Amino acid sequence: MEKVSLRDAYGDTLVKLGEQDERIVVFDADLSGSTKTSKFAKAFPDRFFNMGIAETNMMNVAAGMAATGKIPFVSTFAIFGTGRAWEAVRQTICYPNLSVKIVCTHGGITVGEDGASHQALEDVANMRNIPNMRIIVPADDVETEQVIKAIAYTEGPFYVRLSREKFPRIFDKSYKFKLGKGIVLREGEDVTVVANGVMTSFALLAADILEREGISIEVIHMPTVKPIDVELLVESASKTGAVVTAEEHSIVGGLGSAVAEALVENYPVPVERLGIPDVFGRSGKGWELLHYFKLDEKGIIEKVKKVLERKR
Amino acid sequence: MIRFEPSFFTERNRDIDEATLSVIAREVRKDILKMTSAVNSGHPGGAMSATDIIVTLYYYKMRHNPEDPKWEKRDRFVLSKGHVCPALYSVLARTGYFPFEKLNEFRRIDGDLQGHPDMRKTPGIEISTGSLGHGIGAAVGMALALKLDKSDSRVYCMIGDGEAQEGSVWEATMAASHYNLDNLCVILDNNNLQIDGPVDEIMSIYPMMEKWRAFGWHVIEINGHDFGEIKAALDEADTVKYKPTMIVAKTVKGKGVSFMENRAEWHGKALPPDLLREALKELGEIV
Repeated sequence: MEKVSLRDAYGDTLVKLGEQDERIVVFDADLSGSTKTSKFAKAFPDRFFNMGIAETNMMNVAAGMAATGKIPFVSTFAIFGTGRAWEAVRQTICYPNLSVKIVCTHGGITVGEDGASHQALEDVANMRNIPNMRIIVPADDVETEQVIKAIAYTEGPFYVRLSREKFPRIFDKSYKFKLGKGIVLREGEDVTVVANGVMTSFALLAADILEREGISIEVIHMPTVKPIDVELLVESASKTGAVVTAEEHSIVGGLGSAVAEALVENYPVPVERLGIPDVFGRSGKGWELLHYFKLDEKGIIEKVKKVLERKR
Repeated sequence: MIRFEPSFFTERNRDIDEATLSVIAREVRKDILKMTSAVNSGHPGGAMSATDIIVTLYYYKMRHNPEDPKWEKRDRFVLSKGHVCPALYSVLARTGYFPFEKLNEFRRIDGDLQGHPDMRKTPGIEISTGSLGHGIGAAVGMALALKLDKSDSRVYCMIGDGEAQEGSVWEATMAASHYNLDNLCVILDNNNLQIDGPVDEIMSIYPMMEKWRAFGWHVIEINGHDFGEIKAALDEADTVKYKPTMIVAKTVKGKGVSFMENRAEWHGKALPPDLLREALKELGEIV
């Protein structure tokens, strides 16, 4: 699979939106070259605001802009946008339900060499616990473009988590992102694997390998972590009777938690969660780190076998 | 009650004398004490230090329309020190944003007047505040957006002196100056008292004037209880170009009631019934 840059897709989409709509304004905190908001800054310098290394204020200023009729996109690294600035996001954006679109890059362990201080393994959890916030973790560039266009014109706050690393492209132009909906990429009978971000491509790989062993996997890509698609989860779990979640995030509070909570309350089946096991990351190359933490097809296969044992 | 037609408020710098402003402010202080005592909760002390400034903004300075709170041409006011909202609620009710009786809903489970300002529940609130240090950033965002729109609306924001201990206040201070926001005027309610005691003992923010000047602001110091000085400072801010204005208003916590003045204990505590009667009498209410 061809590897593609989600953050470049973000920057390019911002420029397209900016051409059509003067209300689009973009904020960054001294990382515009990395988040790719620099593309918008170059095209529309009057509507781009570099707020310096001051993420809390950036969120408040964006909220003030939204309260004055603009559509602000706010970008920095995921750890700063969802951690450093958390309380501004809660108080000034989510509490008044303002249309601020927080799109952070450098989510997850694939941040790589910068190490634990910069690897956001808890960003989805940080945003999930705030009312009114909705969370999307795209898998590739095609999906990223659609997500950015969709949230621009959906009222209220959003958090979109993008990566530093390029990820394999899994969608073609016919793909249609639907907010709050998961998508069955492959139908199966024995175990459901629910994934998002880079883990969706590993889920497809694992399903191919397991098929040769006679195990049939249903692969669900779940870009919207909040609100989670309960209906699809119940439908799939009632067919397969076992679920594995896979995310490039801590197992505390992310996709795995959201899926487990939904199933426990609606259709309890054995669930195994693959993610970073409540530890900090470390330096290394992005793809090395994925394998180091078993965030790959092997890790998924292990969890599938474990959940199959519990199913029996 | 001193009442004005909504059209009175739609032009700036209204012809209203200091004696009238002073009468209105006294009524607002009574409202603050009654609202907080009715629910035995809230922050009367800081609300009373902020009263004269908020009254001057809404009755003299700001262009606004109580009949149309979202009027496009309005000037904005952001109460960054959201806990003193009883003063703002009283002024909003008295200028006609909502019925006066609504003040009885303050902090009640079935009411719309929240403990801290909620823009989705209360007409006239520009942004939800409460957690300190955030409102001033939102005010910067509004001022930036109005500049983009080439609007001549202005943004006013009140912060507390204790609030200035929050780092985000200085992030916003830097940004306002960086983006030359001469349509932004911040008023610092410098009563020198925070919950735990005097600001200069808890964590000094002094010298303040020098700090904001060094950040590139136009700084004016006034007596925050002298209507003439408040008006003059707000007028001066209109004339400043390419930089935001900070009005450091020296105020007295609990202003207007002798036994409450300069006492930190009335930061977040309502008066009990006997003291309320005494306070209202001092404010000229016939009990």
